[in-house]
Parts: sequence; C-alpha cells; structure tokens
Amino acid sequence: MGGGLGSPSVCRADLGLVGSAHYCVPAYPSTLLPIHPPTHPPTYPSTPLPWTNTMHLEINRLSKQFDTRQGPVLALDDINMHVETGEFVCAVGASGSGKSTLLRLVAGLDMPTAGEITVDGQVVMGPGSDRGMIFQSYTLYPWMTVQKNVEFGLKLQGVGSKERREMASYYLEVVGLTKFSRSLPKQLSGGMKQRVAIARTLASRPKIMLMDEPFGALDVQTKETMQQFMLDLWNRTGVSILMITHDVDEAVFLSQRIYVLTAHPGTIQQEVFVDLPRDRTYTIRRDRAFQDTREGIMDLLRGKTAPALVG
Amino acid sequence: MGASVPVCSTFGLTPVTPASPSFSTAPRSTQGMKPSVFWRLADDIPKPMSTALMVLSIAVPFGLWWLVASLDLVNDKFLPSPIQVAQALGRLWTDGFLLGDTAASIMRVTVGFGLAALVSVPIGIAMGAFASVRSLLEPISGVVRYMPAPAFIPLLVIYLGLGEAPKIALIFIGTVFFNILMVMDAVKFVPKALLETTYTLGGQRRQALFQVIAPYVVPNIIDTFRINIATSWNLVVVAELVAAENGLGKRIVLAQKFFNTDEIFACLLILGVIGFALDLSLRGLMKATCKWAVD
Repeated sequence: MGGGLGSPSVCRADLGLVGSAHYCVPAYPSTLLPIHPPTHPPTYPSTPLPWTNTMHLEINRLSKQFDTRQGPVLALDDINMHVETGEFVCAVGASGSGKSTLLRLVAGLDMPTAGEITVDGQVVMGPGSDRGMIFQSYTLYPWMTVQKNVEFGLKLQGVGSKERREMASYYLEVVGLTKFSRSLPKQLSGGMKQRVAIARTLASRPKIMLMDEPFGALDVQTKETMQQFMLDLWNRTGVSILMITHDVDEAVFLSQRIYVLTAHPGTIQQEVFVDLPRDRTYTIRRDRAFQDTREGIMDLLRGKTAPALVG
Repeated sequence: MGASVPVCSTFGLTPVTPASPSFSTAPRSTQGMKPSVFWRLADDIPKPMSTALMVLSIAVPFGLWWLVASLDLVNDKFLPSPIQVAQALGRLWTDGFLLGDTAASIMRVTVGFGLAALVSVPIGIAMGAFASVRSLLEPISGVVRYMPAPAFIPLLVIYLGLGEAPKIALIFIGTVFFNILMVMDAVKFVPKALLETTYTLGGQRRQALFQVIAPYVVPNIIDTFRINIATSWNLVVVAELVAAENGLGKRIVLAQKFFNTDEIFACLLILGVIGFALDLSLRGLMKATCKWAVD
C-alpha cells in the first residue's frame, strides 16, 4: 500500500468502492427542520435550534504528566489550541498522542499538570454541562428508555418535566429517532445509540460538544452514514465541536481545522486548515483538495514533511 | 510483487527469511467438530428437550424413592413411602401444625433477612462508591463474614434469651456481611464512563450516586438477595433445632423424638418447596422490574 497512496488512480478506485454501494441517507426528518440557521423562529417547542451563544475555547501551554510505577510519563506537552463559535475542529493523532487525555482535560474530568483551559475566559476546574461529551462507548443509561436518556441531562439540571419532555422529543426528532423513544438502549444498533447520546448532549445545550472517537466502534458503512449525519447536524445547529479521532479521512471530511498531534509526548505538530465548502457529501472524497489534505496529514503522521500543507 | 521491497524500506524494516519450521505432512481431517445438541457449550437446547430434562430432574429421584420404599428393601420406619409422607403432611395440616410452623419460620426469615437487607444496601453502596468507606469497613466485614453464624447461637441465647430475638439476630448476622460485600462488588462494576457522562451532563456527585449508581445495581441487589436468602432459610432451621417453641425446625426435632420419619420427610419437602418458591419469586421480581437487565 505504501507506494500506491500518492497515485490518484489508486485513490479513485478506492473511493469508487466507498461511494458506489452502501451509502444511505440517515432517517432524520430533514424536511421538518431548517438546514441552515432559520430566518424565522422554528415552530418546534421553544427555540432550541440553532446555537446563538458565542463561545471561545482556549488551551494555553497545556501539559499533563501521569505518575506511573515506571516513573512519570509526559502525555501532553505544551499544547496550544483554540476553538471558536460554530467551528468544527478535529485533533488527529496515533495512539499515544494523548488525544483522549486532551479531551478529558477539556471536559474537566482530569486536571492538567501545567497550563490552563478556558471557556469564555473562565478556567475549567471540573466537568460541567457547558462542555458536553460524547464517548466512543455510547454511555447510555441502560435502564432508561431512549426518551429518558435524552431527558436525563435536563433532569440533572432541574428542568421541569414538561419542558424536559418537549426538549427531548425535539432532539430525538433532530437525530431521527422519534420512533424509538420508548425503546431501551439494548434494542438499538451502535449508530442509533450514538445518535441518542448526541441528542442527549444537544438537549443540554452545551457551548461546545466534545467527541472522543465517537464512531470508532462502528462498521465502515454506519460510520460513513454517521459522519454525514454529524456534518449535517453541525450545519443545521451551528454547535461548536471539538472531536478527536485517529481517522484522518474522517477528520478531513468533517472539520474546518485540524490539529495534528505527535506521540510520546503528545505535542501539536501542525495546524491544518481544511479548504473545503461547509456542505459536503461523500463525493468530496474524490476532490483533489480533499485528497491532498488527507495525504498531507498522513505524511505528517508518518513523520515526513508535507509539501501540500506547508506550501 | 516488486513493490514490496520499497514498502518495507519505507517503514525501516529489512526483509528477513525465517528458517521454515518442519510441519507434519500427515493428511488432516476436514470434518472438524462433530455436531451435538446435548453437549453444546454455552448454548440453548430445544425447548421440548429442556422441558423433558426438567421433568426428569424431579421424576427420577422421586421414582427411585417410591421404588425403594415399595420394594420393602428398607424398614418403612426409616424410609417412609411417598404415600406415608403425603399422609403425614395431611396430618400436620389438619392438626394446624403445618400452617403455624411454616408461618413462624417464614416470619423469622422475613424479619431477619429484611433487616439485613435494609442495613446492607446503603452500606454496600457506600463501600462500593467511596474508597474511603471501603477502607474503613471492608477488613472488619471480611473477617466477621468468615465466623460461622451458628457459632454465635450460644452467645445470642445468653444475650437475648430464647424468644424470637436470638433467631432473628442469627439470620441477620449470617446474611448481612455477605449482602454488604456482594452489593459493594456490584457497585464497583458500574462503568466509570457512565458517571463521567453524568458529570458532563451537569450532574453532581450526589445525583450520580442516587440516580445512576443506585438504579444500575438494582438487578445485582435482587440477585444478591436471591442467593443469600437461601442462607437465611438454612439458619432459621438451625436456630429452631437448637431452641424454639414452633417452626419447621422445631417440628423436625419433635418428629425425631417420636421416631416419625414420615413427618421429618414432610417437613424437608415443605422446606425445599418454600425455598424454591422464594427463588422463583425473586427471579420474577427481577423480570418484572429490571427488563433492561434480563434477556
């Protein structure tokens, strides 16, 4: 494979396979909801869409050291990042680049050794609903129905039951799972579970959504469907997203900006701007710009300089 | 493929040719494992087969008993026939002993085990959730758990006399520590990601404890009770064998005095049936309340 990656003809053949057969549109009701920020308020309960608040996430000289039996291990070293309102930002890196640690620090589930993370100027001191997190393992509450799962964040925040129900129904509609509101998580497929988790996080109206390899456990076809779903969701809601993944293709397809991380310790090797339109479908993978960006990042991860990105 | 060499060098590897090990050239069977229904590992068997085997499970021992008794191989003073046992059951019923003794035993189990349950659930959850509480209480419950409960009987009689109190205390002592440790273990298996999700949804520690950990371990708690209530059913008979006014254990002691083996058999049968019914009802409770945890 190593020799053939740069050649466009090979790539086209690969992409033809992906694009030809298995793609299907997720079953969310796109006709019921505004695709772009609406010019008039939606007729749905209250006005949960789109995100209107501004947000500024800044990560400043962040380091994280773990003390293990073999001595201290530096997982993250001098990380500087930022995410602005409505941005879709990915961090890509191999295992060992501390990308999960990075997201946990932003979520407030771990504390940094040095440096700081601020959201709208306030230093992150612990977890909170302003930074909603999506885990790879779905983390639905198995005893709650889909509806109750989506309501749960609001319940924790003391929202009344009527409003809770309306909000949950709204976001179940957004992710296309209204029909399954009374199902238990164990009755759903992996992709559906992750959509419930996304609806649950959206219902809490976070300033930013943190996603930790959200589609890592899904099969290739479902993954592609979910990527398209995620992109459309982001376009419609305008929610800010910081997502980590090891899948370069996924990062390029979804995000506007990519931080490429190196491993041992995790540092930011380069910040890459993805020069592609907001509205993307799977066919964009055939574009030269897409392929150049992807191959450039792959080269960075291989330890080469990437002419396509430097120039 | 000529391309394979540059690929290797890309990753800094030099191609090596390992010395090939010598394999046996004997012809190999393609038959593989023979199919089986009865011996399938970790798999279901057909429903009719399962039902038939379950009927056999009761019918064979019962049939053997009936056969040995009816062949007069053993003096029926030692081994009463099923019919004699049925008659003894009828006698105990009409004399009112059966109902009274069963009620007395069940009452002791209910109060003793109920108290143990009430105490063990909060303590077990606290020990599972907080490493601090665990360090404080695990060593002592670990030690006391291994002290055989019947060994406490003499002390309990000295402290509490001969009434209901020592019997209830015995059941309590004999089950509370097992309950605590099993509930604690269940809490330790609550996925950490589920708690972290709760925090990122805006939940506080208290909410995570009462609204996530507690409901998550309900099925394990019911299972724990189902296993440990068998112990309390043992202990109530032990207590009644030692000293009691009534109860199924007491009835067995009395029957021994008058050499009424048929009554002993009758009491054993009742003990088994009630225990089995307890087990089934707790399984039913689990199915009814925890659909999410049952297949």
